[in-house]
Amino acid sequence: MSGTQDTQGLVRAAQALSRRPSLEELRERKDRTRRHLEPTGDVMTISMGPQHPSMHGVYRAVLDLDGEVILAVRPEIGNLHRGVEKLCEHRTYHQIIPLTDRLDYISGFAMNHGFCEAAEKLMGVEVPARGRYIRTMTHELCRISNHILWLGTSIMDLGTQTFFTICFRDREYVLDLFEMLTGARMTHSFARIGGVAKDLPDGFDHRCRKVIDFLPKRLAEYERIIKQNRIFLKRAKNVGIFTSEDCHAWRVTGPTLRAAGIARDLRKDEPYAAYPEVEFDVAVEYNADVYDRFLVRMKEMRESCKIIRQCLDKMPPGPFLAPDAAHSLPMKKNVLRDSAAMIQDFYQVFRGPQVPRGSVYRCVEAPKGEMGVYIRSEGGAKPARVRFSTPSFYHGQAVPALVEGEMVADMIAIFASVDVVLGDCDR
Amino acid sequence: MSDPVAQLIFLIIKAIVMPVLIILIVAFAIFFERKFAGFFAGRVGPTYLGPWGSLQSFGDIFKLISKEDLIPAKSDKPVFKLAPYIAFVPVFLVMAVIPFGPVGGEANLFGYRFDYVIASFDAGLVLFLAMGAMAVYGVVLGGWSSNSNYSLLGGLRAGAQMISYELAMGFSAAGVMLMAGSMSLIDIVDGQAGNFWDWYWIPQIVGGLVFFVASIAELNRTPFDLAEAEQELVAGHLTEYSGMRWGMFYFAEYVNLVVVSMIVSTLYLGGWRAPLEVLDFIPGPIWLFLKICFLIFVYMWVRWTIIRYRYNQLMSIGWKVLLPLSIANLLVTAVVISAVN
Repeated sequence: MSGTQDTQGLVRAAQALSRRPSLEELRERKDRTRRHLEPTGDVMTISMGPQHPSMHGVYRAVLDLDGEVILAVRPEIGNLHRGVEKLCEHRTYHQIIPLTDRLDYISGFAMNHGFCEAAEKLMGVEVPARGRYIRTMTHELCRISNHILWLGTSIMDLGTQTFFTICFRDREYVLDLFEMLTGARMTHSFARIGGVAKDLPDGFDHRCRKVIDFLPKRLAEYERIIKQNRIFLKRAKNVGIFTSEDCHAWRVTGPTLRAAGIARDLRKDEPYAAYPEVEFDVAVEYNADVYDRFLVRMKEMRESCKIIRQCLDKMPPGPFLAPDAAHSLPMKKNVLRDSAAMIQDFYQVFRGPQVPRGSVYRCVEAPKGEMGVYIRSEGGAKPARVRFSTPSFYHGQAVPALVEGEMVADMIAIFASVDVVLGDCDR
Repeated sequence: MSDPVAQLIFLIIKAIVMPVLIILIVAFAIFFERKFAGFFAGRVGPTYLGPWGSLQSFGDIFKLISKEDLIPAKSDKPVFKLAPYIAFVPVFLVMAVIPFGPVGGEANLFGYRFDYVIASFDAGLVLFLAMGAMAVYGVVLGGWSSNSNYSLLGGLRAGAQMISYELAMGFSAAGVMLMAGSMSLIDIVDGQAGNFWDWYWIPQIVGGLVFFVASIAELNRTPFDLAEAEQELVAGHLTEYSGMRWGMFYFAEYVNLVVVSMIVSTLYLGGWRAPLEVLDFIPGPIWLFLKICFLIFVYMWVRWTIIRYRYNQLMSIGWKVLLPLSIANLLVTAVVISAVN
């Protein structure tokens, strides 16, 4: 008797596992959860932002409301425009690196990394193994710090502040690692063309292992707090459904796309750095709502811990910067000892790398989504045109499609769930 | 000195001492709110002013008084100025009818009878509900007069929320009223004489929980703080207020917290009575104070732990869960009481 019950239980469990909604089902569900109101005469227009507690910077959304339901959204970006792409045209490739980590200042490593990958592809520079591993590791550390920050702020946007500070407490451990490694907590400018700026400091390995050993425990604690929280489920389940076809239409990438059931991850699909040499799973969920975006990011943080541990285990010896005098800076410690290195340093700092004509596009999986860099060179040390296609820009433009028909409170939750940083969006 | 004269003197003393005491409790409640918020979040909270940061609220008050009083140019100025008072005064009035010790009986102070209540009013419970409904006018008018869409939305939310939750609150309090056979808070406490298992929280557990949840909504605290939902409406009805006008809303909120804690402990936790009869030698006001402290802690605990509901979810909880529960509770109570008698 109990045997049949067990089998029934197993069957039910298997059904639950395979309950992946099809695209039609998701479309239908999306249609059901959005409120389709005919615009009446009584439309209240609210200007949300640029100064608003939960606009994650200076995003401005002009909302047309019918009661609490959003009829239309007109997003407005550009309040943080700094002309980074134009600035890049007047700087050598080395000087562009500090500009890039001010794009998405939450995950500076990834931005540096993306630009350097593109520049290296253009110049044909081979990064030594140690440099690749350090880059992979820092990239994943910054993914963790980005996702923890995202978690704290997005839960705060649902109305609790306690969780926010708890997340910041744990992000601090990762930031301490950054400080140890680069001296800076946010804008690191750590990657260099051909590798990274510095070798791992003494004791970094031990400290990093301690952090990644204890972070999964903290993640479990977070999940205990909110994963089964009834109010969180009510606020997040079936809210802001954005199917994979919507994602493709609006070029929404990263965790939002993976929460819609598409296992698209550049680390696997177009591997770079040391990603082909480490093992990890791509986090995928299938319901395409706010809750699944949360699940995807939680899973990604765990995978990141796994990748970092593998990088530390496999960390190869040798140089961390390419010995390529024409394109990369010398190792700083050699500059005052070795005349060749000193000449290289002068040459690279004053003249810059000599880059062939041509253009290149390279993208990396930044924590928020795909971060692409296009460089066109007409020879010389400065690029003729640099174009960043940063995830937040696309996520920011998809906001009307994401929130129309939802309620004001949901708009905040959805906007938080796609993870937009305005430095990244406005550039 | 004749007894009426003595009663008048007592009344004046009580009417002065009680509000002062409540204001002191409120000042420290604000401080503890911050301290607890800090502890829940793994921070330290205020530390600078006074020992352990305990004088923080007084610093706040001085800061608020010294701030510029900004009134939006296109606001409805008389209403804008009046709204904080409408929010502030009713919550203080409720205090008059809450007993904080034994009322009536023989002479207990210098040969005179000292009643531990400011006004022995027969319909104290109704006064509480009425004043709660009055106080929301402050919020709604403040939101309306600010000439800001955020404020307006906040005010409307507060109004709708109050209507939905006041009902559940009234029905669940009616259960207690039936048990005590009176609407006077003094009689309700007298009905709970004995040990803590004689209090109304056991027979009225459903009503008590409904009342508690509804009171969170009445207090505008998370998860029902939709009127001033910071992440959505900036600060709701408070968006355009600054300086001491804002301070009055804030202060009223905490006075309301203390008053509602007093009401909850009066209705369900035996008011000023000791949990065990052997502990009766400790005076009633101290027991009431301890119960208030406990309830305030619970309110803070809830506030700093959970997430806010969405507007339509709040409404459906109010109308589809709390109201039916409280009506069912009232019906069952009525049936059981008539069966027993």
